[in-house]
Amino acid sequence: MKVFINGEARDFHGTSLTELITQLDLPPARIAVELNREVVRRSDWDGIMLKDEDRLEIVHFVGGGSE
Amino acid sequence: MSTAARATSHQEKLNIAGRMFSSRLIIGTGKYRSHDEMRRAHEASGAEMVTVAVRRVPLDRSSESFLDHLNPALQILPNTAGCYTVDDAVRTARLAREALQTDLVKLEVIGDQTTLFPDNEQTLEAARILVKDGFVVLPYFSDDLIMAKKLLDAGCAAIMPLAAPIGSGLGVQNPANLRIMREQLPDATIIVDAGVGTASDAAIAMELGADGVLMNTAIAEAQDPSKMATAMKLAIEAGRLAYVAGRMRKRLYASASSPVEGVISA
Repeated sequence: MKVFINGEARDFHGTSLTELITQLDLPPARIAVELNREVVRRSDWDGIMLKDEDRLEIVHFVGGGSE
Repeated sequence: MSTAARATSHQEKLNIAGRMFSSRLIIGTGKYRSHDEMRRAHEASGAEMVTVAVRRVPLDRSSESFLDHLNPALQILPNTAGCYTVDDAVRTARLAREALQTDLVKLEVIGDQTTLFPDNEQTLEAARILVKDGFVVLPYFSDDLIMAKKLLDAGCAAIMPLAAPIGSGLGVQNPANLRIMREQLPDATIIVDAGVGTASDAAIAMELGADGVLMNTAIAEAQDPSKMATAMKLAIEAGRLAYVAGRMRKRLYASASSPVEGVISA
């Protein structure tokens, strides 16, 4: 299926959000995920089955003060 | 001192929604030349809270987590830096809360790229949404009393008026506004955010009655960030003490410190 991650179209061969995070090799404890504009709790990742055309935002933290 | 006189502005610790901090300095995590330099500056500053920004993770390259470079004892204050709309700021705050498991957020909704001045109207709207959603909201806004009142009425835990444009290092540009804000809002937690350039700027903000100062560039862009962090720590302590001590009245003419009686004469 095709999903959009941070605005970029990606092929994803899997089912759950947890699988996607694993495939992307992201540190689960240091990121947050929004699926179709709703934040998904980390405890719910396993149960979230992705669908074609889903839109995800995956964020982490960077140095910054104000901007 | 009577209970009535012990307004928030005279408490010994910085109070943010009932959370007490011994240090009145909050610092940023951007613009340092290295993670090591940042860590040393953080340590020298004595700050107990640091602010971090939220950004999309880069895909296809493993990235170490920036958070691993921070002392785990520090309270992390996520910010919505870079957001220009209510929607972006609210989404960013919610993502930060999920990742960090903190309800604290430094709310920024910027109105213009050149000045980085806040969009006060959108900041207020975002603040209302986030307070309702259970956040402890610390909004960055223009140094305006009426706006300060509206943000407090909206339920913000502390307010963060700017001293000067972000990253400008110009120091407190409108001391009268900060003084008026302090006098009119004795129970509000006021943290001056943005525009401090050197130690005296921080001391002035504190002498005007601010409860704390948040800064980033003044430390990160100093030739020696650790030394500047120490200077800021001392300046904030000095400014705070001077404010609590209550400065002398200004006079136009001299007033002798020695007795006028008993001077020898020919």
